[in-house]
Amino acid sequence: MEFSYDDEQNGLREAVRGLLERAYGDSEQRRSVVATEPGFDEKTWSRLAEMGVLGLPFAEADGGMGAGPVEVSVVAEEIGRVLAPEPFVEAVVLAGGLVADLGTDAQRTEVLGGLAEGVLVPTFAHAEIGTRWEPVARSVTATRDGDGWTLTGVKEPVPNGARADVLVVSAVTEGATRLFLVPGDAAGLTRTGHRNHDGTRSARVEFADTPAQLLGEDTGDRTATIEKAQARARVAYGHEALGAMETALTTTAEYLKARKQFGVPLSRFQALTFRAADMYVALELARSTVMWATLVVDADGDVVAAADRARLQVSRAGRHIGKEAIQLHGGIGVTAEYSVGHYTSRLTALDHLLGDGDWALSRLAASVDAHPTVDPLA
Amino acid sequence: MRLHLSPEDAAFRDQLRTFFTTSVPQSIRDAVAAHRELTREQFVEAQQVLNAAGLAVPHWPVEWGGRDWTPLQRHIWREEMQLAGVPEPLAFNTSMIGPVIATFGSQEQKERFLPATANLDIWWCQGFSEPDAGSDLASLRTTAVRDGDDWVVNGQKTWTTLGQHADWIFCLVRTDPTAEKKQRGISLLLFPMDTPGVTLRPIELLDGGFEVNEVFFSDVRVPHELLVGEENRGWDYAKFLLGNERVGIARIGSTKRMLAEAKEHARQITVAGAPLAEDPYLRARIAELENELLALELTALRVVANSADGKPHPASSVLKLRGSELQQAATELLVDVAGPLSVASFAADGSDVPEWAQVATPSYLNYRKVSIYGGSNEVQRTIIAGSILGL
Ligand SMILES: Cc1cc2nc3c(=O)[nH]c(=O)nc-3n(C[C@H](O)[C@H](O)[C@H](O)COP(=O)(O)OP(=O)(O)OC[C@H]3O[C@@H](n4cnc5c(N)ncnc54)[C@H](O)[C@@H]3O)c2cc1C
Repeated sequence: MEFSYDDEQNGLREAVRGLLERAYGDSEQRRSVVATEPGFDEKTWSRLAEMGVLGLPFAEADGGMGAGPVEVSVVAEEIGRVLAPEPFVEAVVLAGGLVADLGTDAQRTEVLGGLAEGVLVPTFAHAEIGTRWEPVARSVTATRDGDGWTLTGVKEPVPNGARADVLVVSAVTEGATRLFLVPGDAAGLTRTGHRNHDGTRSARVEFADTPAQLLGEDTGDRTATIEKAQARARVAYGHEALGAMETALTTTAEYLKARKQFGVPLSRFQALTFRAADMYVALELARSTVMWATLVVDADGDVVAAADRARLQVSRAGRHIGKEAIQLHGGIGVTAEYSVGHYTSRLTALDHLLGDGDWALSRLAASVDAHPTVDPLA
Repeated sequence: MRLHLSPEDAAFRDQLRTFFTTSVPQSIRDAVAAHRELTREQFVEAQQVLNAAGLAVPHWPVEWGGRDWTPLQRHIWREEMQLAGVPEPLAFNTSMIGPVIATFGSQEQKERFLPATANLDIWWCQGFSEPDAGSDLASLRTTAVRDGDDWVVNGQKTWTTLGQHADWIFCLVRTDPTAEKKQRGISLLLFPMDTPGVTLRPIELLDGGFEVNEVFFSDVRVPHELLVGEENRGWDYAKFLLGNERVGIARIGSTKRMLAEAKEHARQITVAGAPLAEDPYLRARIAELENELLALELTALRVVANSADGKPHPASSVLKLRGSELQQAATELLVDVAGPLSVASFAADGSDVPEWAQVATPSYLNYRKVSIYGGSNEVQRTIIAGSILGL
């Protein structure tokens, strides 16, 4: 087993870090970007495209870079480190990933090519009110309409649902969950966007006999594909969370050294330094698990189980680090002017986007009898 | 980045797995698995089997029996031993004093002690802690005063693990009470436990066992050539030794074995008509512990993979802290699985209470020690906060 990045991966990290530092190195810049629509910076998005980041995991024939999950993880971590609001995981890993898995040649060229060039932002419209983190659609239905299909129902919350140029939509038909492509300007499509607590955007997306194109050629049930794409995104979100947790911890450590009370820096109080030490422990254990899960994705192993394991570890660590970061800052931690609370907000969102720790735990609990011991090298 | 072991490391692991499960007597491995106290003879026999195969001191210099393995191979070696229930080579010998003598000892000391230490022909014990010198080890007060060719030692040590089995003790003593920093006036002496003036008093622990002792020194004469390295430099050797003590202290293989055991037992117990193993809360607790242990194992692998250039990985301090917590959590789980049977810990012969349930609570109580010794968890947090976070 090997956990080090090669020179090329380190180069990618440096490049992305440089770009994002310029954009969000000062947390005021992020505040002003997330205060205006579409909630991220179109210029930064274009620069990420120029750098090849938005086509990273896709085949070169589809306009991508032909890189793998390790490179994706490097980018996601940098996104998390400065809380860049650009929807990298949502567009590239999740929506793009589904198109890469299933799309026809023409669909891949259009969607992935456009995404890689930075001219087309896709999103995955999947969540429905009353369900949680399942790979199936229940209330949005698809109906055959001549050669094509129409969709009816509501998806909510859809990440960047108002801004997205194309939606990958899950819908139920003939008892199966299938995937469709719907352009943002399709007839019978109503999108109502709003701002989330972490500065990102979501939307309510309503379909009323909206024309849709089947993603891919055949009409099989797509539950397994969705589950796997979600698992890959869970792992990528794990890296985003690692970046965020690391910044939250270093910010907190710096603050403990700088802030004086009772005539001494806070770092003189062992009750506080020990809590910082425990934050570090949680971060490193989460890092190990998420890195491992990325390697499982890379090797195309049991991706779903590995993602659950990473999810559980990151969920516990993210909550712990996020809450402690605020507490150790005291009052300033809960202000909007100061960055640390925003990290906690984002970590909380990441925790709930594709399944939280308790959810992962209950899935893992169902399988404890299937193995005597857990062997990461198996 | 790479997921799997290289083919060479995988073959290495298989080879060790086979050796440990076939060449070390089953009765000894059963005793470890059952958390039974091992006899001195069992420890010695197991270590001699390993030593004969070149597996007792692989981390020593090659000249003295080392194998020049990578940190990853050493990790695999240790984990496979624990998984197989093989008693690890006595840490006092192989992780602590052996490497110190090999690094700082005189040629004569090396020749005299290293082969016997590797083969457990000499059983060493560690005389560091004192009643008033625990976490603050440098405040120790046992003195050694030079008298001709000898040192004369007076004072008291405590918590001396398995001192009752020991042939020799390696002992920190104060040789310069006037030194400006208390760390500076300390030296490391070696002497036989049967030297006149040494007395040992066993301390009974919570589980009823006697694994630690108080040791008293009254005018104990130790020849000068049994001083290790330089006079007044003992603190440096102690730090070197304690650094080694923390390696492998995460004991992941052993915790894995305990979790597997807990699952197995939970299948045999019925609660309201269904196996305890199906209780959702218990399953969740096991799944969470398995995941924590996975995270720790992966961290250990990261640490060994990245310490190849000699520098320890900063995350290594996580291993002792979290490793001890998970060992303790696993023993607690076994108590809870045993449930009402866990109360009958010293059941009489002929009892139907299974052995694992009888030992569950005593070993839970005994394992309270793992977050105290080898640098308490508070000391580990101090290290993380200070040297990693700069606080
Ligand atoms: C089973 C067992 C076997 C042992 N075997 C040996 C052996 O073979 N040889 C040997 O030399 N020693 C041995 N020890 C001793 C062991 O190393 C000490 O117990 C340990 O260093 C702690 O010292 P103490 O018990 O005096 O506790 P103290 O140092 O008095 O600590 C009491 C509590 O206060 C905490 N504490 C202390 N200082 C601080 C601080 N600055 N900040 C925060 N918290 C602090 C500690 O973590 C602990 O929780 C053994 C101990 C046990 C329990």
